[in-house]
Amino acid sequence: MEPYISVKNVSHKYPNGVTAIKDINLDIHEGEVVAILGSNGSGKTTLVKHFNGLLKPTKGEITVGTMNTKKERISKLSSQVGYVFQNPNHQTFLPSVRQELAYGCKNLKMVDEDIETRVQKAIDLFQLEDRLDDNPFDLNSSQRKEVAMASIMAVSPKVIVLDEPTTGQDHKGCKRVLELVRMFKREGHIVVLITHDMHLIGELNCRTVVMNQSEKIADDHASVVFSNKGIMEEAGLQPPQITQFANQITRFDETKTYLTVESIIEWMKANKEEDVKVGTGS
Amino acid sequence: MASKAIEVNNLTFSYPDTDEPVLKDINFSINHGEILGIIGPTGAGKSTLAMCVNGLVPQVINGEMEGTVKVNGSEVSGSSVAKMSEDVGFVFQEPENQLSQMTIEEEIAFGMGNLGVPRDEMLGRITDALDQVGLTGFEKRSPLALSGGQQQRLAIAAVLAMRPSIMIMDEPTSMLDPKGKNEVYDVLKNLKDYGMTGIIIDHEVERIAAYCDKVLVLHEGEVQMFAPSDEVFTNIGQLHELTLNAPQVTEFLDSYNQAFGKDVKLSTTLEESVDNFESACK
Repeated sequence: MEPYISVKNVSHKYPNGVTAIKDINLDIHEGEVVAILGSNGSGKTTLVKHFNGLLKPTKGEITVGTMNTKKERISKLSSQVGYVFQNPNHQTFLPSVRQELAYGCKNLKMVDEDIETRVQKAIDLFQLEDRLDDNPFDLNSSQRKEVAMASIMAVSPKVIVLDEPTTGQDHKGCKRVLELVRMFKREGHIVVLITHDMHLIGELNCRTVVMNQSEKIADDHASVVFSNKGIMEEAGLQPPQITQFANQITRFDETKTYLTVESIIEWMKANKEEDVKVGTGS
Repeated sequence: MASKAIEVNNLTFSYPDTDEPVLKDINFSINHGEILGIIGPTGAGKSTLAMCVNGLVPQVINGEMEGTVKVNGSEVSGSSVAKMSEDVGFVFQEPENQLSQMTIEEEIAFGMGNLGVPRDEMLGRITDALDQVGLTGFEKRSPLALSGGQQQRLAIAAVLAMRPSIMIMDEPTSMLDPKGKNEVYDVLKNLKDYGMTGIIIDHEVERIAAYCDKVLVLHEGEVQMFAPSDEVFTNIGQLHELTLNAPQVTEFLDSYNQAFGKDVKLSTTLEESVDNFESACK
């Protein structure tokens, strides 16, 4: 199958001379959820800004669908690659949720009927019916983030980029982000996440690309990446606490990498691990 | 008897034009040298509570306040916010909101200048503060040219340089990578060595459990729990009721006990949880 996004030998040098990404190769296919990890300044955001043409490669080429990003307008690319910013305030500016939801579609000059259908779908999926007349700035940060995601969803781009979706979210908000990523996938979108949230990646159990000092140093399943100590240390990352815990427990299957609390409990149940002689505690 | 670092009695606060108080009858106190973590869902009143401690609420951000807040034995309402800033340093959630200067060294000098710190002393403190947050070598750069994570560390450095006796940080690590988050918590831990008192608001329960002496759980403006960290985070039933979570290791031990009818002692840190689980399995 042809990849939907194809990044070939891409480098980007900013006008100030800093090379932010170096010789990146990356193929992303339909239906994939891809997390991009790495420390601050490793090049994650620079890489992803190439997907919607906000940045053009100074070397190499990127194809999105059938479009070469160097040759297409940002407006056309952004109808296929929606970007949800880290701070929803940076993309929220209209006085009501209803207007906010329609904005992206209007900007792309869609016809009114089409806009109505798309906005209604976003309203239904995000259950925003009761909030349509609210001012987005009267909502709390989790709700405002959802409105930002819903307005991108209304445009229905093939690819949805989420930049640090769980930053500043409480536990409930983080669980909601997890549900939303799964919903985007169900609805046929490719999801690209830029994140520092190891718990989120653990729960998603998805493909994980690690950036370090402008280069791609790993690209594999989260369980493989998280168990690669060399890569994790090089990139200054730590796997989720539960993975670190499981790695130190002698009776656990050491060939497996556990990413969530539930997965260990399930494994123990399936393997009747409770029968292993377990003391009554201290 | 020596005064407490912070003492809050029967504090109730309402923002103008709201029906319900955002803080309801809050009571707690912390001793000098203690680190307090404040957790709670979005909208619980955490930031408002923190701003009551340096007098920003209600002196700058108006509303109706009842009860008393004492810092180092003196009532906050009796002194100006300017006077309070000598004692209480505040790092805001959004670093952009507190950065105003052209270069990083000027940014750090700004607060000290307002306190009248002599020039020679300033230079030494700038070096120290940058070193503590890992920004040495950035002196001449513009604060606006920094990444979100670096801005967050700069905001912390600027407050550290003012050498307050109490440091309040409102979600100071939201934009940082895992290594950067650890560095901020290490700064917090170092405060103890200087006899400083710290308050940190965060959703990062695993770090709160590892670094804070006490934890206050706020929910809809009320204190739901206030106790040593271990006590709060091992009370998983109540945390879940409040839509909060415990560290993953604590969640695991609790799930394990419930799934298999065991009573392994709960712990809130990685090392101790490994020990408890391993010794229970022998």
